[in-house]
Amino acid sequence: MVLSILISVLVVSSIGGGLAALLVVSEHYLANYGPCDVTINDDKKLTIQGGKNLLSVLTEQKIFIPSACGGRGTCGLCKLKVLEGAGDLLPTEEPYLDQQERASNVRLSCQVKVRNNLRIEIPSELLSLQEYACRCAKIVDLTHDIKLFRLELVEPAEMSYIPGQYVQLLTPVYEKSSEEVYRAYSIASDPSEKGFIDLIIRLVPGGICTTYCFEYLKEGDDVKINGPYGDFRLSQTEAPMIFIAGGSGMAPIKCILHHMKNTNNPRKAVYYFGANRVDELFLTDEMRQFESELAAFRYVPVVARPEEGQNWDGQTGLVTEAVAREMENAADSEAYLCGSPGMIDAAIKVLIDLGVTEDKIYYDKFA
Amino acid sequence: MNVGAEIQQAFVVCISAVFTQNILLAYFLGLCPFIGVSREIKTAFGLGLAVIFVLTATVMLNWLAYRYVLEPLGLEFFRFILFIIIIAAFVQFTEMAIERFSPFLYQKLGVFLPLITVNCAILGASLFMVIRNYSFIVTIGWGLGSGTGWFLAIMAMAGIRQRLAHERIPRGLQGPGITLIIAGLMALAFIGFTGVLQGR
Repeated sequence: MVLSILISVLVVSSIGGGLAALLVVSEHYLANYGPCDVTINDDKKLTIQGGKNLLSVLTEQKIFIPSACGGRGTCGLCKLKVLEGAGDLLPTEEPYLDQQERASNVRLSCQVKVRNNLRIEIPSELLSLQEYACRCAKIVDLTHDIKLFRLELVEPAEMSYIPGQYVQLLTPVYEKSSEEVYRAYSIASDPSEKGFIDLIIRLVPGGICTTYCFEYLKEGDDVKINGPYGDFRLSQTEAPMIFIAGGSGMAPIKCILHHMKNTNNPRKAVYYFGANRVDELFLTDEMRQFESELAAFRYVPVVARPEEGQNWDGQTGLVTEAVAREMENAADSEAYLCGSPGMIDAAIKVLIDLGVTEDKIYYDKFA
Repeated sequence: MNVGAEIQQAFVVCISAVFTQNILLAYFLGLCPFIGVSREIKTAFGLGLAVIFVLTATVMLNWLAYRYVLEPLGLEFFRFILFIIIIAAFVQFTEMAIERFSPFLYQKLGVFLPLITVNCAILGASLFMVIRNYSFIVTIGWGLGSGTGWFLAIMAMAGIRQRLAHERIPRGLQGPGITLIIAGLMALAFIGFTGVLQGR
């Protein structure tokens, strides 16, 4: 019995080992294409050992190209422009590339083998997706349950992102959580301040990441973020804009407003910001500042239940009610929403009633 | 059994593997690349040829390994692991060799090899060969026939799908949905071959 177990283990492992050895040896002689240069966007040059496919080479270099099938050529997501050195289009790629893509040298990076020097083009948003080591530079109380965290980028020292995008914040293992978790937060900072990322975070009772940020994270601590992600961003049109946000949904809108100011964007814009009570409004001075600095911007804070003696003379009720009250026809407008799913759904309804077409409503829902 | 009779039997097994016992349409093995890579005749052709080659070669290798290693040692139960190892190693090795020595062949056939390393039709054919106790010569016919049957099925499917590309298909059925329905209809059609040959 013991003998037969030994024999079987021996036989299978020796056959497996023998075949593996054969492959290693033949790989050394057959698949050795020497060092190859991969030039990315005519800027960055990687020297790597040839023989692997482009997708895995880039992944090893921490350049993450989207791929759903793991490089088997069945999802068609890992498209990249390979300008030189890829050879002819392979039959495995053909079904996924249309005429226009073929003409502009788009290839499936999982099927292109690196056998010689390559010149490739990667969209800048994919290139800038990486991990950033940061230091928490400042924590500011905005309301009783919302804080602004200013992170100073340490390595790399700058992040290029599109206003409206978000990052993922790594929560390390701490007293109340035994595993590392990532949570997504929109970037709220002024894009011209290159070395800093501001996040506006609302405390979620019992939340792993927000509890960490509110109770454990101190100024001067190291934190890690990765990104930037997301396609919530300003469109390239001239249409008037309606921003609607609530709570920490302020973050991406604030970033977009900074960007509009930096680029002297003259578009007409109105920003409805909802809060439950007067003392839950925040950054009002900054928003008033934008009103004077931007060409045609109006800030409308809306308080759901102003309390006695708080001296509130602005809009009241739900933020969506205020929009419906103030606006008559918004058929030519675009809308940018950020907040809780309930608020977004209500806002979409109101906006459609006002004539905004559904494809002109952009939103970032907090999941 | 003499060699002449064996060759005759191999021929019968080969023909029946193509038609009546088509590995794809009767056993539904190797469906994943069948659905994924059947959008164009050209690609289907390359993949089909690769399957014929790999299938024929691996059933032969696996037959030898089974007969001369596993059986004498009484380790038949290890065939699943061993067959997979042999198939994977063979495909890897062939791909590397083709890529190095013949860019033309690599372009036409080699690129498909990694897609079928883990194809269940390949492993399935080897396991059937054991169950049915084929001799070496019959095994060659079986491998060749199974591969050709798979080739035939994917070529037919690619032809149909190329024509369908310009048809208006209900949205819910586009892609894999309609492909599976067509595969089912093709399987029904292939049942029509059943009476033609009673292969073992």
